[in-house]
Amino acid sequence: MTGNKVWKTISTHMVLVILTLIFIMPALWMLSTALKPAQETMTNPPHWIPSKIMWGNFREAIDYGRSEVGFTPFLVYLRNTVIITLLSVCGAVIANSLVAYSFARLKWPGRDFFFAVTLATMMVPFPVLMVPTFGLFKSLEWIGTFKPLWVPMFFGNAFSIFLLRQFFKSLPGELSEAAKIDGCSEFGIFTDIILPLSKPALVVVALFTFMGAWNDFLGPMIYLVDQKTFTLSLGLQNYQTQHGGTPWNLLMAATLLVILPVLIVFIFAQRVFIQGIATSGFK
Amino acid sequence: MATLSNTDTRGCEVSKSRDLRIGLLFASPWIIGFCVFLLYPVVASLRYSFTSYSVLNPPRYIGLANYQELAGDSVFWGTMKNTLLYLIGAVPLMTVVAIGLALLLNTKVKGMAFYRAMFFMPSLVPMVAQGTLFLWIFNGDYGVLNTPFRKLGLTPPNWLGDPTWTKWTLVLIAIWGCGQAMILYLAGLQDVPASLYEASELDGAGLWQKTKNVTLPMLSPVILFNVIMGIIGAIQLFAVPYVMFPDGQPARSTYFVTSYLYDNAFNYQRMGYASAIAWVMFVVTLILTLFAIRFSDRHVHYGSN
Repeated sequence: MTGNKVWKTISTHMVLVILTLIFIMPALWMLSTALKPAQETMTNPPHWIPSKIMWGNFREAIDYGRSEVGFTPFLVYLRNTVIITLLSVCGAVIANSLVAYSFARLKWPGRDFFFAVTLATMMVPFPVLMVPTFGLFKSLEWIGTFKPLWVPMFFGNAFSIFLLRQFFKSLPGELSEAAKIDGCSEFGIFTDIILPLSKPALVVVALFTFMGAWNDFLGPMIYLVDQKTFTLSLGLQNYQTQHGGTPWNLLMAATLLVILPVLIVFIFAQRVFIQGIATSGFK
Repeated sequence: MATLSNTDTRGCEVSKSRDLRIGLLFASPWIIGFCVFLLYPVVASLRYSFTSYSVLNPPRYIGLANYQELAGDSVFWGTMKNTLLYLIGAVPLMTVVAIGLALLLNTKVKGMAFYRAMFFMPSLVPMVAQGTLFLWIFNGDYGVLNTPFRKLGLTPPNWLGDPTWTKWTLVLIAIWGCGQAMILYLAGLQDVPASLYEASELDGAGLWQKTKNVTLPMLSPVILFNVIMGIIGAIQLFAVPYVMFPDGQPARSTYFVTSYLYDNAFNYQRMGYASAIAWVMFVVTLILTLFAIRFSDRHVHYGSN
């Protein structure tokens, strides 16, 4: 019996280790390439360990293209991406929690119908909205600015509303009633009682929004015009197309730098994130 | 403490209109957002689909002409076919892999947090970065994935250059990034009551029977959610092929509906035509989603608790 159990544990570990290796292989290869001298990226068969660790590749990747455009693209794009992402996250957390509170804990006629409609909007593909939304932003003269990328975030989105609503609903109704008897206003209940208890769910929404904004490609491509306003996801293409041959080690170093902030944020938020997902319940 | 309306909280009778007012006040960002960023664009794009419209010229009504042209547009049907082929490959495989990984990651062995993080990590990688990374991994000359094939004396597939392979390349990348679905399945597995497993164990059920009769039915709402999200995601596939395959090459095998829509709207300045494409795409999404829901009616089990 116990021997059987040990064998089971060992085989589970073995399967897990093999699968893990397969899954992180691309990431390891990226790291390996990013640290190689240029000529070593072009060997056949490829080898994994660089003969010399080239930390300078990261510096070079950041400086890449500076001489042509007169500014450091990577740093300018980084700043742009950070601005858009921060504004998006603020907007999403504020708007979605307000709206989800209304759907979860306030009773008003038509609420459930509107919530069903809200859920249905998840099925509308973004490309359907693309042309009129572009026209709308054009008439507002927002094309070429960051506004089309973050202003809509202050008006909520169905997925985050759904997620937060599920969480808010799981909190006991007595909390609000007790506060009401104490003379607390609805907004007071929301900010002082419900929000502090909802950190995991808020973290999930913040993280999803962060990732969505940081990784967005189609949006910046449509709305941004001037090189100086580009984001990192647009910028990664520069390494690929200029000069004919792609400097793979620099492209991988730049790619790694773009991924890094997402990884760091996730590592810090991981526990709360998993907890938030688990308690939101996808049903 | 913020007091928005503490004057009337004391009234014994809570008036309905007050409820409505407060409810709408809290929901107001979304009511505006829904009208401006969803309802208006959806209606407007339907209207535009019956017009000839570019950024420079205002929309001009041309009836069904866009749809008629679309019906005979072989490039459009090619992109539609590519998109559906990708969807048929990616959605079922992603579902199977994500569920399999979730089941595996739900076992109790040491270091599980580490394994979970490793499998989730790829889904954090931005689409564009996925594109550039895999462009390198699948590279014909120096791609690292070709080594095992060569070691076995096989010719590695031409991942990026052979039209029969390119879609599978994209499917593989999608599977690599299935972490988000996996996490949702994992969360769903936590909700399966242990008593159900115990009961089926008493009936002498093995691992496969337990999975088939307990786990999958209990997981079915999550599966439905992920499948629908997968369908919607697959139809909107854009960034990865855009980065990896310029102009949908080779032989337009990676030219997908969204790319064609983008090209029409922003490169050919044919916004009306693009809107017609968008609506066909929308209808296809709805049909597929309804199909998934209809199919699930017979199979999805919503827990009684």
